[in-house]
Amino acid sequence: MRRFLDSDFMYAFRRSPVAIVSFVLVMVLILSAIFAPWIAPTNPFDAGSLNLMNGFTAPLTPNMFTGESFFLGTDDQGRDLFSAILYGLRISLFVGAMAVLFAMTLGVILGLIAGYGGGWLDNFIMRLADIQMTFPSILIAMLIFGVARGILPPELRDEMAITVLILSIGLSEWVPFARTVRGSTLVEKEKEYVAAARLIGLSRWQIMLRHILPNVLSPVLVIATITLALAIIAEATLSFLGVGAPRTEPSLGTLIRVGQDFLFSGEWWILLFPALTLLALALSVNLLGDWLRDTLNPRLK
Amino acid sequence: MALIILRRVGQAILVLLLVALISFLIFRFVGDPVNSLLGQEATVAQRAELQELLGLNDPIYKQYFDFVWRALKFDFGTSYRGAQPVADLIASRLPATLELALVSAIFAMVFGVITGIYTAIRRGGWFANIILSGSLIGVSLPTFLIGVLLIWVFAVELSWLPSFGRGEVVDLGWWSTGFLTVSGLKSLVLPAITLGLYQLTLIMRLTRSEMLEVMRQDYIRFARARGLSQRQVHFRHAMPNTLVPVVTIAGLQIGSIVAFAIITETVFQWPGVGLLFINSVNFVDIPVMSAYLLLVGTLFVFINLIVDLLYLAIDPRLRDAGNGENQ
Amino acid sequence: MSAPLLSIKDLSVTFESRYGVLRAVDRLSLTMKPGEILGLVGESGAGKSMTGSAIMGLIDPPGQISGGEIWLEGERVDTQPEIFRGPKISMIFQDPLTSLNPLRTIGDQIIETIRRHAKVTNGQATDRAKQVLTDVGIDPARLNDYPHVFSGGMRQRVVIALALVTEPRLIIADEPTTALDVSVQAQILDLLQALCRDRGASVLLITHDMGVIAETTDRVAVLYAGRLIEVGDTRAVLTDPQHPYTRGLVASTPSVDPSLNDEQLYQIPGAMPKLDALPSGCAFHPRCDSATSQCAMEQPQFFGERAACWLLDKKEQS
Repeated sequence: MRRFLDSDFMYAFRRSPVAIVSFVLVMVLILSAIFAPWIAPTNPFDAGSLNLMNGFTAPLTPNMFTGESFFLGTDDQGRDLFSAILYGLRISLFVGAMAVLFAMTLGVILGLIAGYGGGWLDNFIMRLADIQMTFPSILIAMLIFGVARGILPPELRDEMAITVLILSIGLSEWVPFARTVRGSTLVEKEKEYVAAARLIGLSRWQIMLRHILPNVLSPVLVIATITLALAIIAEATLSFLGVGAPRTEPSLGTLIRVGQDFLFSGEWWILLFPALTLLALALSVNLLGDWLRDTLNPRLK
Repeated sequence: MALIILRRVGQAILVLLLVALISFLIFRFVGDPVNSLLGQEATVAQRAELQELLGLNDPIYKQYFDFVWRALKFDFGTSYRGAQPVADLIASRLPATLELALVSAIFAMVFGVITGIYTAIRRGGWFANIILSGSLIGVSLPTFLIGVLLIWVFAVELSWLPSFGRGEVVDLGWWSTGFLTVSGLKSLVLPAITLGLYQLTLIMRLTRSEMLEVMRQDYIRFARARGLSQRQVHFRHAMPNTLVPVVTIAGLQIGSIVAFAIITETVFQWPGVGLLFINSVNFVDIPVMSAYLLLVGTLFVFINLIVDLLYLAIDPRLRDAGNGENQ
Repeated sequence: MSAPLLSIKDLSVTFESRYGVLRAVDRLSLTMKPGEILGLVGESGAGKSMTGSAIMGLIDPPGQISGGEIWLEGERVDTQPEIFRGPKISMIFQDPLTSLNPLRTIGDQIIETIRRHAKVTNGQATDRAKQVLTDVGIDPARLNDYPHVFSGGMRQRVVIALALVTEPRLIIADEPTTALDVSVQAQILDLLQALCRDRGASVLLITHDMGVIAETTDRVAVLYAGRLIEVGDTRAVLTDPQHPYTRGLVASTPSVDPSLNDEQLYQIPGAMPKLDALPSGCAFHPRCDSATSQCAMEQPQFFGERAACWLLDKKEQS
């Protein structure tokens, strides 16, 4: 631990106000998402606790009828916006993190296979990656989402929406992982320790997982952070377009979609606060990812 | 040279066939072609008849080639909703998307290159730093949020510009254009900025880092050592070398602009193919999805091809490498 | 003695870094006579190229000239280097493959340089470009060729043409032959030497190769860890080096003088220190056979005109 604190990495971290601020912001957002049920004053999905009389209460202003006051105001249903944002953040972060985890697992495995195995398999995987990279990932995510909806029976569509969302975003982001891991694997597998491991009879998978994988972890971490920002934005975008999180499980994107309808009637807060939260989340993860990339692996630029 | 071009075109056709395969698989197995042609209310006998007629009992590779053949004749089947031929639907909405994409591509390219070169030349200057920090926010801001915020400020609060639709359009044959009316042009402003902003920041950051990279090269130091003016060094030596990769990447971005138009079109209810696609995803209108994929895929492959060929034209080294006479 | 062409007084070049301020060039003073070829020799990192870049005013941030003055023919250079670049001072870089703009023909680049510094028509400039190409031994018909069609040696000829076309008084040649094939190196050096002698231009030849120094230069200056440690006529320095480091350099060079048939090549023990870990006193003392306790404590000044070493101080006293 002491060695970690004294390392170049921590030195660079302490020297960078951007890194510190964005790290703190990310942590605050993650913690409030995790502890949302304890922080939020109300459960926004408990229909029983909603009072329609509280609808459209402006932030920090007592409601005309009930006299109740809400930190960030309420939406048309009288739902406390602060609580809704906390729960929305939870869904956004959950979908983003799971999608990255999925993309990472898939990308690392395919990258290892391509790099270590070589041959036609390598060729096939990398061509596939090339082709996928020419298309924007959000488009691919939409297509996968659409196809999955086509395959699923209609009654399951809403229920499975979150899972489908995770799979489609994950499938659209595996390429950078695979490329980096493949590149590092090609370098690592020529080294002597891998030859030695092969000599003492370790299997392919043992060599890949125990010897090669640990060496490619730091670029993978960098890509994971950057991809997390992309995944959060992708999720918000899909939900905003109405092809993501369902209304029963609203993410930040869904909340913004709802908020947009009230822009013209003057209830600006229903839009603004979810939007600001999303911006803070995407910006801080992005900044952190950029900083990590510059610090850990300048070559990735 | 001819060989390189031929090989590139061959690759492009291969990728196109692959894209066609995916959209065929979606069309054939996710959707139901019989439904897509007859609508939901057909009788069992009608279905069986059509199934035979369409060759759905044929071997799968033959069906695939039929699909490609029909696609070449712009026959993509019938939409589940409204029972219109998909090709007609797309044709009627394509002008809106292409005009929007064109305007935002020009916007992104022009301002992206200008700000990129400016921030590279004035590295560390206060205005350059403001532009750079702004671009970071721009990259983190999801496109739809930019659109919503622009609507809020310029349409709701200031009432300067319309918040949705294309305004009045003029029909030129089958092409409907918004370029010829004031309301059409005003309607273009916000969507074009929304769609172009992300690409603008990308092009700007790319131009900047390429320019800084080029400025470190020996030939730039040598140009300065020969006493050439700052202007000559920046604009006659550094900029052309910067623009080679920028043009490539920016060219590739045109495809992304058409794809990202889905988002912008939804925010502004812009009647283009993107809005058509998102509605088709929403209503699981498979023929439309499949056709859209084919359309966008073709576009991407063509753009890739053109950019590659353009690259050959710009860079004398590549040109000659193709001739194989000098290396 | 004639007035110096170039005089450098107490030049320091520093870099800000995480480890504090690094001194790449440390209070360097040097003069050059008109028409002479001065060799600047040292290991990589000794500050040779940095000195050259400082004269050109081409040091990139975070580096900067932090002290000293540079004068050329009675005019101060370091305060406004841009008016000297081209007509007064020019430079030749190490790698001819990267010194030319790949997207423009060589004629284009030569003509642009001519027209920047002289009021001539395009036709006149083209004629001069053809002339200078002929001078460096390239067929003037190749004016419209792109750099990539030339070989390395031919490209370095183009680079020399570009550096000479403005008729500068001083040319800084930074390792001009290091990147070339051995067979071409001598040709290029001869060409550079001949053309500069013809035009009366001086050359500051930066190199790590004592062989190049011996064959080409009139005088030589030796740098170690950013400091000038020995300077003098090439013949004198090579035959009778005063500083132990120079002695080591000469002894470790194969056949500078074929009559001295060394059985075995000498090697200087150790490596040059990094700039962030300079030893106290004389930077060379940890590697020096003859170092005394004084060498480790105090930095030696020049004793006489030849070298900076405490051993010479003792010689003078005794």
